[in-house]
Amino acid sequence: MVSDLLPVTAKGAVVRKGGKTILGPIDLAISGKGTTIVMGPNGSGKTTLLRLLHGLDRARDGSVSWNGAREDAHAAQAFIFQTPKMMRRSVLDNIAYPLRVRGASRKQARIKAEDWATRIGLGDALNRDAQALSGGERQKLALARALVTEPAILFLDEPTTNLDGGSTREIEDILSQALDTGTRLIMATHDIGQARRLADEVIFIHRGTMSAHQRATAFFEAPASQSAAAYLRGDIVE
Amino acid sequence: MKYFLLTIWFGFLLHSAPLAQAEEMRLAVTTSFHNSGLSKLLLPKIKRDTGIDVHLLVVGTGQALKLGRAGDVDAILVHSRLAEDAFIADGFAPYRREIMYNDFVLVGPETDPANIQNATSAAQAFERIWKTKSPFVSRGDNSGTHLKEMALWASMSSDTSSFTPDWYRAAGAGMGATLNTASAMNAYVMSDRASWLKFANKGALKLHYSGDPVLFNQYAYLPVSDDKHPHVQGAVARKLENWLVGSVAQNLIGNYTINGQHLFTPNGQ
Amino acid sequence: MNDLWRGLSEAVRLIVSLDAALIEIVLRSLQVTVSAVLIASLIGLPLGALIAVNRFRFRRATIALLNALMGLPPVVVGLIVYILLSRSGPFGVLGLLFTPTAMIIAQVIIITPLIASIAHQAIRDLWAEYHDLLISLNTTKRQRMATLIWDSRRSLLTASLAGFGRAIGEVGAIMIVGGNIDHVTRVLTTAIALETGKGDFGLALGLGFILIALAIVINLTIHTISQTERGGRW
Repeated sequence: MVSDLLPVTAKGAVVRKGGKTILGPIDLAISGKGTTIVMGPNGSGKTTLLRLLHGLDRARDGSVSWNGAREDAHAAQAFIFQTPKMMRRSVLDNIAYPLRVRGASRKQARIKAEDWATRIGLGDALNRDAQALSGGERQKLALARALVTEPAILFLDEPTTNLDGGSTREIEDILSQALDTGTRLIMATHDIGQARRLADEVIFIHRGTMSAHQRATAFFEAPASQSAAAYLRGDIVE
Repeated sequence: MKYFLLTIWFGFLLHSAPLAQAEEMRLAVTTSFHNSGLSKLLLPKIKRDTGIDVHLLVVGTGQALKLGRAGDVDAILVHSRLAEDAFIADGFAPYRREIMYNDFVLVGPETDPANIQNATSAAQAFERIWKTKSPFVSRGDNSGTHLKEMALWASMSSDTSSFTPDWYRAAGAGMGATLNTASAMNAYVMSDRASWLKFANKGALKLHYSGDPVLFNQYAYLPVSDDKHPHVQGAVARKLENWLVGSVAQNLIGNYTINGQHLFTPNGQ
Repeated sequence: MNDLWRGLSEAVRLIVSLDAALIEIVLRSLQVTVSAVLIASLIGLPLGALIAVNRFRFRRATIALLNALMGLPPVVVGLIVYILLSRSGPFGVLGLLFTPTAMIIAQVIIITPLIASIAHQAIRDLWAEYHDLLISLNTTKRQRMATLIWDSRRSLLTASLAGFGRAIGEVGAIMIVGGNIDHVTRVLTTAIALETGKGDFGLALGLGFILIALAIVINLTIHTISQTERGGRW
């Protein structure tokens, strides 16, 4: 399934907002299995790169193309936002929502959603108002809502930035289970430890452009750009 | 639960829809007629004797004529001879049928600053109000009462430019609202006797002048022409007309009193 | 001041004695206004969602127009509906003038812009919150609108209640198109106007107090029901 969609290729892709270039031009190709970690300091353009690949932001110049029609590619993806977006519904109905959108019956969707809620540890909170959940619970719910459709590709935008250690560990456990079932992860983080734990390959973004794209082992031993090296050393990178 | 409530609601709607079996007709009447309370007495008797459900639209004569012209009512009961004749001349009613008459009265502040109490005619009373520029509230709505009032002002050939708002107030409202205004301003006002007797908010107002035959107020019944408006309930309207000029109705009208005062003199033939 | 007391005691008397005429006009007021609110909500809520979610050429103009129409003078609406429904008007053959249906039509015209406008604001705010998620989940426009309407149902209830408030207290339009015919089109507000005309301020005020009480009871009931729902399984 993954091989159907990848590689995703960006050619001279540029994103502008309010007349300012916030990303690009970017040339890159992502393929293979496992986890791609997008690293870089705050404001460097990590989020925008993920949104560009997922189709939430459009390339003003250049292009992004998947191996196949863009609509099909988009339908096989899911996106986890840094601040999880809770719908004004119960936990169960939040998780069931993407299935309902895809035409599943209410009953089927609820059965599957309940299964996922239990897997992520929200089995006791099925009927709670999702907006009353804690930060960690919200992000877990967002993960369940993304994984319930069994996406081929899952984008994650700093999913654990605002969470404590326990919640972060739970999230990473769920992610490794998803990897086992063949889901391809593309995840932004500025947590170097997390990047070391999860990455198969690393993309380093600095000031809106890509300065490194290497296998993880190579990146952490010998980063391909000075800014990446400085970032790994713990220097302040502007 | 929601569907249950909706079902009940629409059941309620259906239930409250008017029943189609009984004969119905729409009759536009003037406020003065309705305010007298006579309609309350007559409607049940009409239902009993003829089976007709009469739907009353209580409006001024001007609007009643308008409703008749548009074909929105089946008959009108009004009191303005000139306007009625024009209505017939334009073909909106085949004829007019006189039913009864009552009279207009002049009401004003208890102290009667214009001294109309011992005027010898209605024209003189109006002239005294005009000369003293005593506050006067007019219907100002083209109703039969308003037209009558205008005719009386005209009969004393007064200068219309001196009808300034500092004393002459055109309310542009029904009889009740106009009486309320006069009561609040403690001003003179011309009203039909029935509305005045029934009026509950008299305040410091008193009846000061009445009795001049020129103040008599003839009511006529005009069935709307079913040539002009084929949907009009012509037969039902004629049935009601015959009942109104019959002995039962004429006796009821003649014997109707408020506080022991007779209000209407039946003259239907 | 005296009249106020008389009004209060009149209201109490009418309610305690379960006055048949009062019950009839209260039920008719509710029948007309609730029907109008249901219809106006069916039009106004999706319209508000449509304007909130879709970009189209005259969107700004539509919003401005909607806001302007919120202040539509009921008397003018009444007059226009009257002319349209009159036997001499374009819809005269339907014979709707001076029926409760005509009153419902007038009220729908008066409150639909109000409901649509409040709905638009509520849905626009929720759309800002949901935008990325719903785009990411590959929803169709229909699905987006349905989701936004359902998830902002509490605010939309407020929109409908605002419409109810405006409709139940309205007199100018329904007086013209209904004609205030006893047992057919007389409702609370037109009865109040009638009694005021007769100078019977006590009865008019009594009816007025009953109208206010009715509006409060309806609002409290609806809020209580939706509150219970929240406590349960929302």
